[in-house]
Amino acid sequence: MTLLDFLNFYLVPGIVLGAIYAVGAIGITLVFGILRFAHFAHGDMATLGAFIALALAASGMDPWVALPLAMAITAVIAIGVDRSFYDYLSRRPKILTVMASLGVALMLRAVVQVVWGVDPTTYVTGIVRPEEYFGILLRPRELNTLLTVVLIVVGLELFLRKSKWGKAMRAMSDNPDLARLSGVDNRKVTMLTWAIVGALCTASGFMLGINTELHSMMGWQLLLPMFAAAILGGVGRVQGAVLGGLIVGITEELSVFVVPAQYKAATAFALLLIILLVRPRGLLNGKVL
Amino acid sequence: MDIVGLANYAVFMAILVGIYALLALGLNIQWGFSGLFNAGIAGFFAIGAYTSAILTSLPASGRVGGFELPMVLGLLAAMAVAALIAWPIGKICLRFRSDYLAIATIGVAEIIRLVVRTEDWLTGGVRGITGIPRPFGDLPYMESQMAYLAIVAVLLLAAYLLVERQLKAPWGRMMRAIRDNENAAAAMGKRVADRRLQAFVFGSALMGLAGALFVHFNRSVTPEAIDPMIATFLIWIMLILGGSGNNRGAILGAAVIWVIWSVSELLTDRLPTEIAIQAKYVRVFIIGLTLQLVLRFRPEGILPERQHGGGTAPPRA
Repeated sequence: MTLLDFLNFYLVPGIVLGAIYAVGAIGITLVFGILRFAHFAHGDMATLGAFIALALAASGMDPWVALPLAMAITAVIAIGVDRSFYDYLSRRPKILTVMASLGVALMLRAVVQVVWGVDPTTYVTGIVRPEEYFGILLRPRELNTLLTVVLIVVGLELFLRKSKWGKAMRAMSDNPDLARLSGVDNRKVTMLTWAIVGALCTASGFMLGINTELHSMMGWQLLLPMFAAAILGGVGRVQGAVLGGLIVGITEELSVFVVPAQYKAATAFALLLIILLVRPRGLLNGKVL
Repeated sequence: MDIVGLANYAVFMAILVGIYALLALGLNIQWGFSGLFNAGIAGFFAIGAYTSAILTSLPASGRVGGFELPMVLGLLAAMAVAALIAWPIGKICLRFRSDYLAIATIGVAEIIRLVVRTEDWLTGGVRGITGIPRPFGDLPYMESQMAYLAIVAVLLLAAYLLVERQLKAPWGRMMRAIRDNENAAAAMGKRVADRRLQAFVFGSALMGLAGALFVHFNRSVTPEAIDPMIATFLIWIMLILGGSGNNRGAILGAAVIWVIWSVSELLTDRLPTEIAIQAKYVRVFIIGLTLQLVLRFRPEGILPERQHGGGTAPPRA
């Protein structure tokens, strides 16, 4: 196998997959860091967002134009889910919110299955030939995916570092009581977090859908790699989630050299156990709950 | 349905309620007494199911197994293997908050599902394992069902009495202390992580036993029999609705939820095909919603945890 073959058939798909995981893992790490619970409905929220984008695309829109719209719609849904199912549990032990999120996961998936059915589907039909850039083969959708992820990560990072609300989010992640004392409205920060998380879910679900296919279990299958990525990078760290996402994605694609291809999905789980065993704070020194 | 049909159905349901009650009891040890979040119940159920199936089934070409061991050995091995797999997972995850255990157990359930589907030589792949013996399986239908019901009932009663005994013993008091205030219990010299690991392993063993009872009842097992998310979720609802921390509540919850779940399936199956498929998912939605409603309006369940030694502890779910 030549180096170019290795790059084209293993590393590039790994990076694309890893970038998708990264976007999902950022959302997980934000909820884990700021609201302090493991959000199990994350994957199924990604499924819902992806299918909302499908509904918009079906009306004749280009899928990539439908994406921002779908992100906005899912952001509103995420706030609604928080208001209806998580908010009232906020004064009880956090693990109850984790349980409620498992119920929400089931409910969101059921909505997708009732409205869109259970058969796999795609945004666009037909085969797209990859184009060659200095020997590296990339399809337009893969290029778009990577560009979108860079845009999202840079934009979010700027927002968190420079803007007032971004700083409030980081303050609440560091210490919610201290943040409240300094005049941060926890309620509004929570809403803002959910809006961002809903939008990120949609982006990850959409990009997985456009690079593979859409089906009602797609988000559930994203859940484990996304959690592995968030914990690998360090809970609460956005750059960590990106790093973790890329590591999980690339390791999954490279795992076929070591284990049978059917066990690709087990890679994330193995990485998760290893990081919990040797460095539970993650690579970039995040939180441990 | 005539009287005989109805009686048959009732016995059939009672057996399954018994099996689910064992699962709910196992979860009660983990969640009710120790506050451990196991989101991979179906995985431990499957481990028990396949372990007993491989050890006791008739030989078949193309796969390991068919040792034709007696069912008692199958049940014991099912518990042992489920406990053996729970141990390292608990060892790694129980040092942290229960969120991490939940993630890892979801992972376990997914891996078990992959293994069951992939490893033809061990599990028969998608075809599954058939020819699993059932005690008193040679009797006429009704007698055989009744005999199996008796076996399940005896095992459930034994598990219930043992768990109750354990709960009243100093061990149970210690577990509640750890659950309700980990730091205080640690300050009293209790080894929190070790105790939690015990509870996690015991609970998982009971889930393995339930899995084994399920395959001996069905006489066959396929990957379809174990839908990870829905099976796990049903057990959670059973425990939370029945009353976590209360063993009778766990058993009551199993009966109530299983009867509602199966009767609603009977009803939706009579709908025209095109609606019937959607109705299946509406049922799943309602199960998810039920959990939210119970958490919101009756977090202590139908039979709340009994408060030992007087005092008024705040209710918990």
